[in-house]
Amino acid sequence: MVAHADTRVVHRGGSKINFRAPVITQDSRFLICVSGECIKVFSTSTEECIHHLQGHKELVTGLVLNPSNHLQVFSCSEDGTIRLWDFTDGILIRVTLLHLKTPSTLHSTRVVVEQHVMVKGHTIVFQSVSTDPKCIAFGQGVRMHALTHSLTHSLTHSHTVFGFALGTSGEMAARNAFTCVACHPKDDCIATGHGDGKIRLWRNFNQEKEYTFSTVHWHHSGVNALCFTPEGTNLLSGGLESVLVQWRYGQEGQKDFLPRLGSSIKEIVVSPDGSLFCTSHTDNKITVIKNCTKVSAVIQGLVHGDGVKTALMVDPRTKALVLNGKPGHLQFYSLQRDQQLYNLDIVQQEYINQSNLDQFEVVKAALDSRGSWLATVEQRSAKEVEISLKLWAFDEHTQSFVLNTTISAPHDGPISEICFSPSSQNSTTLVSVSLDGHFKAWQLTQPDPSDGKQSDEEASWSCDFVGDYHSLEPKCCCFSADGSLLAVSFKEVVTVWSPASWDLLTTLSQPPGAIQDLCFGRLSCSKYLLGATDKNLCCWNLLTCSLEWSTALDVSLLLADPLSENVAAFCGAEKTTDLFVFRPSEPRPHFSQQALCTGRVTRAVFAPRDEPLDGCEESSQWLNRSQLYFLTHNMLLTFLTKPEEERLMALSKQVAVLKKHKQEFLHTSCLLFISLFISQFALTLSAIMTLVLSILT
Amino acid sequence: MGEFKVHRVRFFDYMPSAISAMAFNVHTERLAVARADGTVEIYNFADNCFQEKVIPGKDGRTVEALCWAGQRLFSTGLNGEIVEYDLENLRSKYTVEAYGGPVWTISSNSQGTQLAVGCEDGTVKIFELVEDSIQFQSNFDRLKSRVLSLSWHPSGTQIAAGTMDMIRVFNVTTGHATQRMMVDRAAGANKKKEVAVWSVVFLSDNTVISGDSAGKVQVWDSQMGTLIRTHLVTKWDVMALAVSRDESSLLAGTSEGSVVQFQFISARLDQPDKEWQRTRTLRSHSHDVRALVHTDTAAVSGGNDAHLVVRPFMEKVVKGSKESAPCKITFPHRSLVSCGKKAGILLFQFPERLEVWRLGETHCVYACSLQGDDHICCSTLSPCGGWLAYASASSVRLFQLQYDNDSIALTKVKLPKVLRWANQLCFSADSSRLFASFSQSSVLVFALSKSEAKYVHTLKPKSGETTAVHLMSTSDDGQWLATANSDCEVHVYNLKKLKYHCTVPVYGSCPSAMAIHPTGSNVVMVHADQKYSLEQKEYTEWSRSLAKKGLHGSWLNRVAPVTHVSFSASNPDYIILHDMNMFCIIDKSLPLPEKDSDLCNQNQLRSMNEAARVKDSHAFKICEMFKNLLCVGLMEDHSLVVVERPLLDIATRLPAPVRQKKFAT
Repeated sequence: MVAHADTRVVHRGGSKINFRAPVITQDSRFLICVSGECIKVFSTSTEECIHHLQGHKELVTGLVLNPSNHLQVFSCSEDGTIRLWDFTDGILIRVTLLHLKTPSTLHSTRVVVEQHVMVKGHTIVFQSVSTDPKCIAFGQGVRMHALTHSLTHSLTHSHTVFGFALGTSGEMAARNAFTCVACHPKDDCIATGHGDGKIRLWRNFNQEKEYTFSTVHWHHSGVNALCFTPEGTNLLSGGLESVLVQWRYGQEGQKDFLPRLGSSIKEIVVSPDGSLFCTSHTDNKITVIKNCTKVSAVIQGLVHGDGVKTALMVDPRTKALVLNGKPGHLQFYSLQRDQQLYNLDIVQQEYINQSNLDQFEVVKAALDSRGSWLATVEQRSAKEVEISLKLWAFDEHTQSFVLNTTISAPHDGPISEICFSPSSQNSTTLVSVSLDGHFKAWQLTQPDPSDGKQSDEEASWSCDFVGDYHSLEPKCCCFSADGSLLAVSFKEVVTVWSPASWDLLTTLSQPPGAIQDLCFGRLSCSKYLLGATDKNLCCWNLLTCSLEWSTALDVSLLLADPLSENVAAFCGAEKTTDLFVFRPSEPRPHFSQQALCTGRVTRAVFAPRDEPLDGCEESSQWLNRSQLYFLTHNMLLTFLTKPEEERLMALSKQVAVLKKHKQEFLHTSCLLFISLFISQFALTLSAIMTLVLSILT
Repeated sequence: MGEFKVHRVRFFDYMPSAISAMAFNVHTERLAVARADGTVEIYNFADNCFQEKVIPGKDGRTVEALCWAGQRLFSTGLNGEIVEYDLENLRSKYTVEAYGGPVWTISSNSQGTQLAVGCEDGTVKIFELVEDSIQFQSNFDRLKSRVLSLSWHPSGTQIAAGTMDMIRVFNVTTGHATQRMMVDRAAGANKKKEVAVWSVVFLSDNTVISGDSAGKVQVWDSQMGTLIRTHLVTKWDVMALAVSRDESSLLAGTSEGSVVQFQFISARLDQPDKEWQRTRTLRSHSHDVRALVHTDTAAVSGGNDAHLVVRPFMEKVVKGSKESAPCKITFPHRSLVSCGKKAGILLFQFPERLEVWRLGETHCVYACSLQGDDHICCSTLSPCGGWLAYASASSVRLFQLQYDNDSIALTKVKLPKVLRWANQLCFSADSSRLFASFSQSSVLVFALSKSEAKYVHTLKPKSGETTAVHLMSTSDDGQWLATANSDCEVHVYNLKKLKYHCTVPVYGSCPSAMAIHPTGSNVVMVHADQKYSLEQKEYTEWSRSLAKKGLHGSWLNRVAPVTHVSFSASNPDYIILHDMNMFCIIDKSLPLPEKDSDLCNQNQLRSMNEAARVKDSHAFKICEMFKNLLCVGLMEDHSLVVVERPLLDIATRLPAPVRQKKFAT
């Protein structure tokens, strides 16, 4: 990375909290889960994130409670270290470096950790075992553990290894592959889940030949997760159906269901006292279930789905990031708390979890500048494209969006962009641009008061204007900051319209190349219009209607900061993305970063800061008013400026001092006392410092 | 071989009868199967599950339970009688009235000295086995309701009896009940309905396991009279239980058609306490499983859908061996169809009637139903189509057929009094003689003239053999007669001299089909274990080479035995044989198939060119075009008659099974 000493790209939220099974602490009060490079500690009752355990340099790949101290947790990571944490006060206690350098072993570090922890130094190397931790289970301490790989289920009995295989021929073989494994805590019974939805309970496996198994079948597709309750009385299973199934151990005919958990279950964890179940789901969600029956808490991370189709937006009211989440929904995601605020059901149809079924998807969304209107486009591309445009009004009373108007088939072709005019007060205009060759303007029309019969009817949206240009396909549209101009691109041509009269004011063109993105300058640069083709970035002066400057850049995304003149351009090279920040008035960027991240960035947003940062170096001044978030294929990234970093450093230094003292305590008996003491006074870190020091002296 | 004109016959609406009871004799490896029409069949498990004996039923005789006592086979039914069967002459030996109303169950102790029967009036009666008969010994304390199931403790001192709502344990010597174990009724709406304990099993560790009509399999401690464990297996009834000889595995058959296995295993590998754990579920039936047997290597089940299913346990058999193939027996292993080769007519045998059909016509030409109670055990049609004969346990009848454009008239021909019953009937090729196998493997010869049958001679084998003949075949030139019995012996008689000619060297497996070659005077025999031999007084060259080379692996792995052998009239080198799933033409002039070559290569051959076809072709030409074959016969006019009975047709004729929720319906 090119050194810009004062700013740094950091990972901010949106990482997978469902990547590995979470851990519930002994007292069931905390839930610990991995989250990218850090570990998060949540309260199981309030869903609040209590600690971020930061320190790993790479993806965290495993978590396990310290069996000898229930207030500590081990974690391992692809950076080759195992770290021991005190999760009640969020302190790193010890770092063990594993001398395993090959990528494959690093990926399965969890295996190594569990062997270190539970087998007490026995290191057994298994060939061809899946690296997914779901395929490894330990039963009754050191005595045995079971592993699965594609079709063989092997069992180590201290050091002898048995292998049990299922039929590998015929139609069944393709579907009966092992997917997960669990060991009964008391009996010698192993439960395995299979690709065809069956669960097999294996018994009597001390001989190669005399083993036996029974089969139970409820899931219609593969079993993703299996878990025994601590006493071994129940077996929990989950899969694509998003139903938690609870089987009575020994009477598998009886089963209980907890349906409608939202999305397909990935992992199941039970608290050591058996009172809490916890399921992690494919949509980056962890559900806490109390007393086997009631969902008591939901921890929802950023839903990534198959891909973000809508643009990133910031809700002006809640300052939440808005993008499409689980199928048919828009999610409102708090950037500060790294947690989902709520989901808005756009499609309002039951999602059917079945492959090869065309579902309605939210493909476009737009919020107006005050956050009082939300426009969404949902689309289903079966044989012919079905589109509907929905407009939602913010209801102050319920504090959520309420459907106002549904326009089915607003265009004949897919809609490529929608945007609201930023103009003030009542006359809000929505422009939708479609590949059918038209753009349409929609306006809120109040019911005619003279027509007395329909006086109870609310204001609704209707089409105001249909525009086209030489029957070319329009691609994108953009309003100027004051809403007086609308630019719509038709292939190589940019047309500028007046929203007040719907007159075509001028056309701008800079061949070759179709326009991919359009953007007006803001504030003092509002006379400039920026357009990006796939080879060039052009800047037109609207006063002279002439090209001000142009430069050869492969721009993938053009984004204007609403609070300053700055425009950010993400330029996709082959594999990495470069960022340039500039003012439209001058073609020289005042900030640039090469190789920002891998992959092409197509979604980004400027989120206004609550309080502007003040007085830092020139090159990072563009971040003073708002913060730039951008989305890569698997995470949400942002820039961290020096003042922010310094503030964080100050915190971590205090932790480091504390850690140093803790190291001395490690072998003494008052460690438990200290940690209890600290947890009681975990109000401010500085206060703890003085307290600890006073004990020490 | 060229092409045949094929008559594909599907109008034989043969219905196999539901299986109601089974009993397995461990020492002789014989399985006795009773069907709803009273037929009792004996299968030899040592010989590829070959159906070696069939004892025809009788009107009004239902078999509710079967049991072996040593080598003797007993059955009881709702007519209140205990029947012992004569397994040599394939008929009932005697019947004893139990005087307790309908008898639901019979069970013998492990020593084979006593029989216990459970009656409708609530009594358990003990009979003692004496030479050639049984003798009433004692009555146990009378219970309030009918006794549905009985099981002896292996020591022979106690009996567990399942009745309505209750299981009782009796002391055999005193006849008093020692324990009373109440069985819970089903929950909900069926609370008022009594629970029938359909089956009990008494294990040597004094555990009693019961299966009842509420769908439960329960494990009881008979000494304390307490319930140990309940497994709810089905919503419907558990009809049958069977335990393995080492008492480590138990099977339960349900009304849903599934068989559930339980195993006696310990929860922790290092601890000795074991408990009954439900393990596998086998689904091989569409209807109620009424009878179950747990052999050492397989689960044998039968029920209302009339299939006898043998499902081997994979851990008990060698993978890929012959034993590991699951086997489903639906059709009897003997021919129910006779062809009048010259006249083009077919005779179909049902338990209670016969049907005559003429090829090319769409309706039954003649149907005759049986007089008397006993069911038909065999029937035959003369090759010329002029004579028809059938036999039951009490009578043998011979008819002369007269053709009259569309219809056929039958005239009864009197048979001499000598022939009271017969096991097997056969006409000579020129229809001038009738052969009837009688007791002690003897064959009676009758000469047929215009309208009478005259007794000619009795052929007797040299050895003092006594078992019944199940196959008979004559040669086309009228010189030879061959008979096969279930002791695997094949005797050949010279009909010109009317005397015994020779005995074919005994092979360990029973012949399932046999025929005499039209020109070479060779006997072709196909054995139940799929071996195949050809001989006259000694094995022929071809059969020696066959024995030397061995048969092809996939031929040996076929499950169904060959049920019919015939010859092509045009080419004496061709042998036509068929089993339930295929028919095969063997060309003796071609080389035998190599071990690694594909046995069924007809489709491949068709796509090859002439030279390669000659190179790759071998003696076995297998046609799998027709399924569920009952008979394949070659007519005089060189057309082939294929009698099929599709299993789907049988399934649609069965009563509706219990309703089960199926996924996505």
